[in-house]
Amino acid sequence: MLETLRTAIRSLLSNKIRSALTMLGIIIGVAAVITMVAIGAGASRNIQQFISGVGSNILIIMPGAASVGGVRQQAGSGATLTTEDASALEREAYALKGVAPEIYSRTQLVYGNMNWSTLVTGSTSAIFDIREWKIADGRFYIDDEARGGAKIVVLGATVAKNLFGTEDPIGKIVRIRNVPMEVVGVLAAKGQTPWGQDQDDTAFVPFATAQRSLFRRGIANSVQRITVAAVNGDSVPEAEREINAILRQRRRLNEGEASDFDVRNMAEMLDAAAQSTKVMSLLLGAVASVSLLVGGIGIMNIMLVSVTERTREIGIRMAIGARTSDIRTQFLMEALLLSIAGGIIGIVLGMSASRLITGFLGWPTVVSTGSIVLAFGFSVFVGIFFGFYPAWKASLLNPIEALRYE
Amino acid sequence: MSLIDVRDIVKIYHTGDVELRALDGVSFSVGQGEFVSIMGHSGSGKSTMMNILGCLDVPDEGEYELDGERTGRLSKDALAKIRNAKIGFVFQGFNLLPRATALENVELPLIYAGVPGKKRKERGKTALERVGLADRMGHRPSQMSGGQQQRVAIARALVGETPLILADEPTGNLDTKTSAEIMDLFVALNREGKTIILVTHEPDIAEYSARTIRFQDGRILADERRENHA
Ligand SMILES: Nc1ncnc2c1ncn2[C@@H]1O[C@H](COP(=O)(O)OP(=O)(O)O)[C@@H](O)[C@H]1O
Ligand SMILES: [Mg+2]
Repeated sequence: MLETLRTAIRSLLSNKIRSALTMLGIIIGVAAVITMVAIGAGASRNIQQFISGVGSNILIIMPGAASVGGVRQQAGSGATLTTEDASALEREAYALKGVAPEIYSRTQLVYGNMNWSTLVTGSTSAIFDIREWKIADGRFYIDDEARGGAKIVVLGATVAKNLFGTEDPIGKIVRIRNVPMEVVGVLAAKGQTPWGQDQDDTAFVPFATAQRSLFRRGIANSVQRITVAAVNGDSVPEAEREINAILRQRRRLNEGEASDFDVRNMAEMLDAAAQSTKVMSLLLGAVASVSLLVGGIGIMNIMLVSVTERTREIGIRMAIGARTSDIRTQFLMEALLLSIAGGIIGIVLGMSASRLITGFLGWPTVVSTGSIVLAFGFSVFVGIFFGFYPAWKASLLNPIEALRYE
Repeated sequence: MSLIDVRDIVKIYHTGDVELRALDGVSFSVGQGEFVSIMGHSGSGKSTMMNILGCLDVPDEGEYELDGERTGRLSKDALAKIRNAKIGFVFQGFNLLPRATALENVELPLIYAGVPGKKRKERGKTALERVGLADRMGHRPSQMSGGQQQRVAIARALVGETPLILADEPTGNLDTKTSAEIMDLFVALNREGKTIILVTHEPDIAEYSARTIRFQDGRILADERRENHA
């Protein structure tokens, strides 16, 4: 066995360029599989982390009917959500641990000669808990302030950085729509969403402040949406049922009548996104596998040429006592060595490529042991599978004819 | 007791509709330690006979017994084992592995005999020394003369310590002087007890052997012994 290995190595080394070119197919195939799977796994881990970051128990209630068949139904004239809806949910729903009515708008913030346009949300202090925000500097505002309409603001990390640079923002006054507001807190950074949106480009003000001083809305107590958190991930369906029941009852909707609001389940939306990433990474892996297959066919091709070229050698070996299995093992060993060496180089290359992609393109990649084992196993399989036919062909040669071969 | 026993061997080749009896009822015996040359015109069946004697081919009819073993019903692998254990081959075209050194070429039969590496190297060196190539062990065939290459081939036939050496026109590619040297080597090996069967169509070469079998059209024409053999 050791001798076969040595013979195989010698024979491969005696034709280095050819061996290298044959391996190239496997190298590219394995590297492609590793890299593609790493990109897919990176995207999917990103989404998974985001889901756990935003909280998998969040539900968002929007005014207007649910979309039917992809087309959003026109909201009725009176279709709206109100602060009373929010209060009712807070009072009556058992499966909810937080309810936050929200009004928001893209608005410019001005500090000195600096200005920055961001999404300003007016909400109760519950929003911080629901969205799992942490404070980096200063404090959140509290419920009394939210109700009282205090002119204070909590900034997202990006906004703070762009308005204040290295200056300490706490206690400073920024102007929002010409209303002077005191910065009481800066949120801890959350980073980007998987689809590249900066979550820290945001600012929060007390709900009443937004309602009375910033965004003068047509209907006094209407809200743009209500964000709620179920007690835990498992109670999300129960929470959804309760919300529907409470809001429909408040609207005195009969059975069969369409709701004029829409309850969206954050976890489901993100799961769908994660699912599609998974499908994508599977697809990438499959495409890469095809190149591995092509590499295998390359091995078979070269091995067949090699068998023909070495017909006389095979004849000599048979004459001096090689059995058919000795010849078969020899050629199989060569194919296997090519694919194993190619596989190892491919793994190293794939890991480096993944790292480069993360470094230069900023895409997250995860090289899993699973994908390494898979790619390596597959390349060994390819070596055996595509090496077998040439090896088998070599072993069937007639020694007399092989010896006569020129 | 005879090492080789051949009885009524028939070998038929079919080319299209034509049936060619390359061997047509051949019988003879070769005793342990004999030196036999086989002569005959081109196409008379010499190589066909050697292939059968070498267990590279099987006859269509008749019996071939080598060292007391009937070879007629044996499998391919069993024949490979017999070749390895009982027969050393020397060919007209040397048939060395071009990319292997002299020593590696000589070691080859021992690999298939399962001899461990160290022992193999030792025996390979001894065999190369025996044919006078102690200083050429690391050379490749392309770096050696025809005579040297044939010596390597003879060393390869010796290394397995097989009782029988089969040589099909071993001097066919060599000049007269080198041929004489190679033949002297065969004679010396025969004196040491090897049984040698050698095909040639040169009478000078046949002179080295004690017995000559002449073939014609697949049959034995004559089987002569030299009484006053040196
Ligand atoms: N594989 C083969 N197929 C068909 N005919 C063959 C084959 N091998 C040998 N022959 C024929 O058998 C006869 C004997 O051949 P061979 O034993 O090689 O003769 P020699 O070695 O005495 O010159 C020749 O006529 C040759 O053409
Ligand atoms: Mg011949």
